[in-house]
Amino acid sequence: MAQHLDYLKESPSQTAGPYVHIGCTPNFTGIEIYDSDLGASLKRGPVKGQEITVSGTVFDGTGTPLRDAMIEIWQADAAGIYPSPNGSHDPDFLGWGRSAGNMETGEFTFETVKPGGVPNPDGRIQAPHITFWIVARGINIGLQTRMYFADEKEANQGDPILTRIEHQNRIPTLLAIAEAPGQYRFNIHLQGADETIFFDI
Amino acid sequence: MKLPQAGFIPRDREWQPDALTPPYKTSLKRSPQSALLSFPSTVSEETGPVFGHDILGPLDNDLIHNYAAEGASAIGPRIIVHGKVLDELRRPVPNALIEVWQANAGGRYRHKNEGYLAALDPNFGGCGRMITREDGSYSFRTVQPGPYPWPNGMNDWRPAHIHFSVFGQSFAQRLITQMYFEGDPHIALCPIVGTLKSPEAVSALTALLDMNATVPMDARAYRFDIVLRGRRQTYFENRPEGT
Ligand SMILES: [Fe+2]
Repeated sequence: MAQHLDYLKESPSQTAGPYVHIGCTPNFTGIEIYDSDLGASLKRGPVKGQEITVSGTVFDGTGTPLRDAMIEIWQADAAGIYPSPNGSHDPDFLGWGRSAGNMETGEFTFETVKPGGVPNPDGRIQAPHITFWIVARGINIGLQTRMYFADEKEANQGDPILTRIEHQNRIPTLLAIAEAPGQYRFNIHLQGADETIFFDI
Repeated sequence: MKLPQAGFIPRDREWQPDALTPPYKTSLKRSPQSALLSFPSTVSEETGPVFGHDILGPLDNDLIHNYAAEGASAIGPRIIVHGKVLDELRRPVPNALIEVWQANAGGRYRHKNEGYLAALDPNFGGCGRMITREDGSYSFRTVQPGPYPWPNGMNDWRPAHIHFSVFGQSFAQRLITQMYFEGDPHIALCPIVGTLKSPEAVSALTALLDMNATVPMDARAYRFDIVLRGRRQTYFENRPEGT
């Protein structure tokens, strides 16, 4: 026998289920208790940096778009600073967004800014990226991934995480493609040949 | 003296449910097949959105009244759900946003995709939210939801449950889960509960009747504590030379 460590176990995750929108984007479902849905906008005024639109669809293993997912993003401002209380970030940029997806197509859209690079614990700079978190019916524990920018080639080539990925041929699953200036597409594939790389961070 | 914050304790994937759990059929085509890419948390995971108490309306944590007509209230067994949000190191997590959603007392959700024939309650919307206090505690009032059937097997019924979405202080702590009620015979039968890997994990999501917090002649109480990932604190973080 020995002493025992008295850490607690993290609460186990359970699926967000088919009605996650009732709880997290109730106005979207027609339940108007709150003034507005949280995360509907990442900005509360004019923001610094390049304003961009990020759109995409989450596909299941059969190629069918998910229409009952909830997608959240978290990112730094254009200068690479994450919003925090009393922080030095762009005061009109919130950094966090949430989407229920389009009711018919499931496509999500975020109006945001292109983030700056942020420091890695070892002092290097991480390439600009946006953290994604996806929950839905059939997903037992939230899936986390990162969206990088295909047009940030140099930064991506020096990124401490991207360069560590064994299957370099899967890196395109993490890259948002500019379809027009400032308009990026980032599709997420839960399964299949184009399965997105998901993270355990 | 405060120790400097280091990275997050890795998520225990042996304890958390797997992505692929065939008895829960929808997981089959929605589960990634490749290994997750693991690496230590960075500033991107160690920061997160902060929500102020100013976003809350006075009835946001009262599901009995927040959708009800003036002077009316939702039908069903009145309960208070309360507990604490702690991290794995037993530290309270203050200012954590909790969002909850649930079926009404008959087991019916207010949603266009709902297929159960149980009646809607015109005075029940089914969602609420709150922010934890300095000691990590939270509470809300609602009606106990009913069990409901769902399309999976021919005759699958969910145990009565309340869905919880929780933000900690960092995006690494983001969690969605469900709370079950002590003694519900459907717990043992449910394929979604079945995604949990051990009886201990089921217990961790099963709220206990708490007669000490019950309000006589008003509402019974259930206690449900939530644990979020913990962040290490250390003076001994390795940093490469010269940084
Ligand atoms: Fe449910």
